[in-house]
Amino acid sequence: MGMTITEKILARAAGRDRVAPGELISARVDAVLGNDITAPLAIREFEKIGVERVFDKDRVYLVPDHFTPNKDIKSAEQAKEMREFARRQGLTYYFEVGRMGIEHCLLPEQGLVGPGDVIIGADSHTCTYGALGAFATGVGSTDLAAAMALGETWFKVPESVKFVYEGELPEWVGGKDLILYTIGDIGVEGALYQAMEFTGPAIANLSMDGRFTMANMAIEAGAKNGIIAPDIRTLEYVQGRTIRPFELFASDPDAVYARTITYDVSKIEPQVAFPHSPDNTRPVTEAGRVEIDQVVIGSCTNGRMEDLRLAARVLERRRVHAGVRLIVIPGTQEIYRQAMEEGLLAIFIQAGAAVSTPTCGPCLGGHMGVLARGERAVATTNRNFVGRMGHPESEVYLTNPAVAAASAVLGRIAHPGEVV
Amino acid sequence: MHLEGSAWKFGDNIDTDVIIPARYLNTSDPAELAKHCMEGADPAFAGKVQPGDIIIGGNNFGCGSSREHAPLAIKGAGVSCVIARTFARIFYRNAFNIGLPILECPAAVEGIRTGDRVAVDAAAGKIKNLSTGAEFEAKPIPPFMREIIAAGGLIEHVKRKVAK
Repeated sequence: MGMTITEKILARAAGRDRVAPGELISARVDAVLGNDITAPLAIREFEKIGVERVFDKDRVYLVPDHFTPNKDIKSAEQAKEMREFARRQGLTYYFEVGRMGIEHCLLPEQGLVGPGDVIIGADSHTCTYGALGAFATGVGSTDLAAAMALGETWFKVPESVKFVYEGELPEWVGGKDLILYTIGDIGVEGALYQAMEFTGPAIANLSMDGRFTMANMAIEAGAKNGIIAPDIRTLEYVQGRTIRPFELFASDPDAVYARTITYDVSKIEPQVAFPHSPDNTRPVTEAGRVEIDQVVIGSCTNGRMEDLRLAARVLERRRVHAGVRLIVIPGTQEIYRQAMEEGLLAIFIQAGAAVSTPTCGPCLGGHMGVLARGERAVATTNRNFVGRMGHPESEVYLTNPAVAAASAVLGRIAHPGEVV
Repeated sequence: MHLEGSAWKFGDNIDTDVIIPARYLNTSDPAELAKHCMEGADPAFAGKVQPGDIIIGGNNFGCGSSREHAPLAIKGAGVSCVIARTFARIFYRNAFNIGLPILECPAAVEGIRTGDRVAVDAAAGKIKNLSTGAEFEAKPIPPFMREIIAAGGLIEHVKRKVAK
């Protein structure tokens, strides 16, 4: 009986020939990740264990990205705790403000994650790296602490669900729409405790940036991980980039899945997730007239180059609606620099947008774009839970970057075709 | 382990932003977090909950962020146990890791209303609604999770491993 890509990666990390869904295994981790919210708690737990050093100073990644540049004294204290730990432990991959990025944009870009890796991060969107053919999953701070000490952790091997995307993507439809459509179909608990494996011709044609977006939101369906088998496009992305040798895995033809779901992407329109759940989706043409106060283009979901290029295509020679604040956040310093060189930042600023240093701030209602009571935002972020971007009586609508940009121009949720 | 308290019932998909909004995550002190526990669903909860009380959730309790601050806020508020139909997987793991007992039991979720007195034997997975007399059996806790509980949480479990 064959195995899925998820099972194969976990089996190798556990030093076994095979593993089966439901089994509890102990597996070594290739890298662990923490941020300025989750790492301080992990550091305090780590220090209770009684080991002097982390398991490998090259494999513990710390990224201050949530409340940085620090929004207040308490968050500054948290960032300091993490910074001092990184110095004390001599961590190779600590990224200071000015050299950092949103963790899930930064790690792939810097080659710190690669195909076949097992990675845990104290952030739920760690599942992003599944786009490279890695097993990557989010954990809490205590799990991070234990893994920082041991270089291993335990997993329950998940069942896999196979998603096959057939057909050609229509214009303005990308990875964000595929994953929103999927979550809308199966629901926010549709893949609870499971692995979501994304396959099919439309995935083969999807850019790496689009794949990161899809794997990123697997957690919004309750999944343990999202994963895409590496192909030529993956190899082009990782070669010359990854800091460690990598190994390619693919599911066997006779691998066993909990179920297989097939979609024809040619019938999928740009999607909007209405408040207050990522599964409350509908096509943008059925959104009705939803007037908005703010638009955020960025986050670990859609703050990459392709996203900024799409937004710029819609915003070029246009102005943000007088009643709207548009905030654009490149995912990393490198994306920021590239966007500057390509002239995208000039387009955003001329349109009337605020362009920010990389931060997760507005996505989780932390800072840099918190909503007041009754305000509505269109965002390329990943969650629209109650109070996610600020006041519990504010609303967040999730879309792709082109829809977000068109909405910024028209002051209401809009299809990019209405603007371009 | 005998737990007893009044039930507070919530719906499906209670997410981590509802349990502890991110704006309060500039601290990880459970007592501070507890002041805002469940604020997104019931702003008055933190002021009314009593030590020992039990949260009843629906499907997918704790979905969303990996923030351990969510179970810490619940524990910090004095809640002794969470019973739900299903839990989101990161929350499930985090709760065990920090020593917050949680049980999956669809029948108990049906059979308990807000305000009912509930008694729980977490180790045996037995739940009793003292107000109605109804008894429920939760899904057994996997042996590995019981090891973590027996050790006093994940860090104690790891300490023993490191000491070997």
